[in-house]
Amino acid sequence: MLDSSGTVAPPLLAVEQLHIVASGKPQRTLVEGISFSLNAGEVLGLIGESGAGKSTIGQAILGHQREGMAVTGGRILFAGQDLLRSSEAQLRRIRGKRIAYVAQSAGAAFNPALTLGEQVVEAARVHGLMDAQAAREKALELFRRFSLPDPEQFFLRYPHQVSGGQLQRAMIAMALCSGPDLIVFDEPTTALDVITQLGILQAIAGVIREAGVAAIYISHDLAVVAQLADHIMVLRHGRRVEHGTTGQILHAPAHAYTRDLLGAERAGNRPQTVQSETAPLLTIQSLSARYHHQPVLHGICLNLAKGRTLALIGESGSGKSTLGKVVCGLLAADAGSMTLEGMTLPSTLRQRTRDHLQRIQMIHQIPDNALNPKLLIGDQVDRALRTFTTLNRDQRQRRVMALLDRVGLDGTIAQRYPHALSGGQKQRVCIARALAAEPELIVCDEPTSALDPLVARDVLALLRQLQQDTGVSYLFITHDLHVVKEIAHDVAVLCEGRIIRQGRVDEALGAPLDDYTRRLVEAVPQLRQDWLAEMTGYTSSSVSTAAPSPLHAY
Amino acid sequence: MPALKISHLPGIVGLILFMAIGLFAPWLSPHAPDQVIGMAWDVPSALAPLGTDNLGRDLLSRLIWGTRTSLSVTAVAALIAFLAGTTLGFIAGVCGGWIDQLISRVNDVLMAIPTLILALVILATLPKTLGVIILVLGVLEATRILRVARALAADIGAMEFIEVARLRGEGLVWILLREILPNALPILIAEFAMRFVFILLFLSALSFLGLGIQPPTADWGGLARDNKDGILFGIWAALIPGAAIAILALCINTLADWLLGANTRAWGARHHA
Repeated sequence: MLDSSGTVAPPLLAVEQLHIVASGKPQRTLVEGISFSLNAGEVLGLIGESGAGKSTIGQAILGHQREGMAVTGGRILFAGQDLLRSSEAQLRRIRGKRIAYVAQSAGAAFNPALTLGEQVVEAARVHGLMDAQAAREKALELFRRFSLPDPEQFFLRYPHQVSGGQLQRAMIAMALCSGPDLIVFDEPTTALDVITQLGILQAIAGVIREAGVAAIYISHDLAVVAQLADHIMVLRHGRRVEHGTTGQILHAPAHAYTRDLLGAERAGNRPQTVQSETAPLLTIQSLSARYHHQPVLHGICLNLAKGRTLALIGESGSGKSTLGKVVCGLLAADAGSMTLEGMTLPSTLRQRTRDHLQRIQMIHQIPDNALNPKLLIGDQVDRALRTFTTLNRDQRQRRVMALLDRVGLDGTIAQRYPHALSGGQKQRVCIARALAAEPELIVCDEPTSALDPLVARDVLALLRQLQQDTGVSYLFITHDLHVVKEIAHDVAVLCEGRIIRQGRVDEALGAPLDDYTRRLVEAVPQLRQDWLAEMTGYTSSSVSTAAPSPLHAY
Repeated sequence: MPALKISHLPGIVGLILFMAIGLFAPWLSPHAPDQVIGMAWDVPSALAPLGTDNLGRDLLSRLIWGTRTSLSVTAVAALIAFLAGTTLGFIAGVCGGWIDQLISRVNDVLMAIPTLILALVILATLPKTLGVIILVLGVLEATRILRVARALAADIGAMEFIEVARLRGEGLVWILLREILPNALPILIAEFAMRFVFILLFLSALSFLGLGIQPPTADWGGLARDNKDGILFGIWAALIPGAAIAILALCINTLADWLLGANTRAWGARHHA
């Protein structure tokens, strides 16, 4: 265990009995009595689900609280100075210069009106650490270090001109440019696909080791944190669950919750095997589609059998979500045909009959956006029933209750608005709404990637159970190969709009693999400490040369 | 309904007062609005509590009748502006394509011409009846609302719950009224409060220039015009309608604040659960 009293030199950062509350009635405790210390060059991983208080702690270390939050106790000592009792002016001298922050969404963190170069050197210039020329040299060196293409050009680009992965690397360069002692990483890879994530992790691991910077790495992905952190603290509901070295947490977790988290990532569930080969439900033949003149899909051929799950995998920009949209009719295909149970499926929504619409439903990635915030949950499910069934008012009301019960929600939720629900609950509502139509095919567009691991595991289990009970087929879009193994029977690998591999999961993802599929498979973080080290050297070249997908460049 | 705070009370009471004055003008005013009761610009007396205007009519009575005219014309014009502006703006924002181009470009053309000049030209050629004035005010202010509504609808229309509605085969009416309108409402309410005041000012400006409400009907702009020359002689009658407009603007914005209370989270803002 870490103990500041055991070390001779005072630690770089010491957090003591930190208490943070959200104001309001009743007051909610967000962070309760958290203590830890961090020596120069050490990396601490903060792990937990959303609402665990990870980001709140991370921001408190920069002396910042979001609106409506207040620190009610404790100290944060950084190099001997208590950040909670420092003036704004004193904090400004530390922020960006000695403590830097890397946010989850680089897209939101950059100012779209300034070039990347200007923003990367800004902190160093504002703090007067170096002159313009030296700052530029430093930035270019960091860009080279992060294998960003053509650093000189990259310096002059605007945020919208580069890909998400490049932007994330630029943000890490921005944090490093002024040579800080401590960096807070707040889920820097959560929104990225595995291949991009691998590149970022390698970049972070490299610079932390070289520059000897201390870091706090916040994530809900234990496998990612395990690669970088010396120590891990597991948080839940703002309280410390467990704190130990990475080895201890991975191999000898003391707490049941930690074991649960480890279990969620190592889940060995398999989809129910289908007894016999069944008739094809959806057949796609040489289908092509474009987005605003930009060709995205080329000659896609796919078969999805009744009662089975077909996973579509590929990096971001490979066209998997586009294919989902075409199947639903939200995007018209240029060429090719689709048949559903032998009937031709018209390409546009306008041409599809109510019967077509009923047979194909969709579950979106981000349930917050898929539910109307101003309509009651019950009404939203009821509307689907009203559209697709002939039930009367009373029957519908009972059916809404039955559907909510079916997805594991309490019936009282029907009388609430979406904002009163958690992310997992919202996704269950979306599933209930899709089920209301009694569809034959549900297109699932990364339905679990925005959820915490434990919640995601339960949602996947629910989808599996529903398939077993109703015989519905899933077209499951994902970039997470763990998820593929848990839910899919068949898999299709998409690369730049083409299907390069297709078949049963164990066969298609088993040896021998082509380079692209192998990269996808191997870029999935594994729950052991030496995984990232093993990957180094293997992908660094392939990652850096992988051009941003045409969609990003566009 | 959101909770009523003490700070909202003066505004809401004030607004109710204004409406009561407008509704009960015939019973509240001591004299008929066009009845001459004394000399021009008499000082306040028991007969005329605020004095008389440039023709010797009771200023208080004209102010009371003017409230009735100004408020009712503005309210109807604002309603027309909102119905037309939000409907067309929502359609443009949700449909996109050539429909959006057509609506937006026509709107741009209307907005490109200074409103006052455009209104002057229209009112100089058409008969200056109440109906025409209301229509001109409504259509010209609708252009501003259309812009806001279109942007809101395009924003909300990109959300996935709209996609879900389209996958259900919902028609345009359902999408506009049930999916988009409730989410756009907070911003539209705030916009309404502001537009109401602008329409009132616009109407007053037109009357002041002699192209709005025609004499002898009293309205706030007309009162200012009738009495403006008095300012040279230290007669403050022309300032009273100005004060009325300012107070009304404050009242309306307090009301909007109160209505927005339940919806402090504007569209698109992140909610901290």
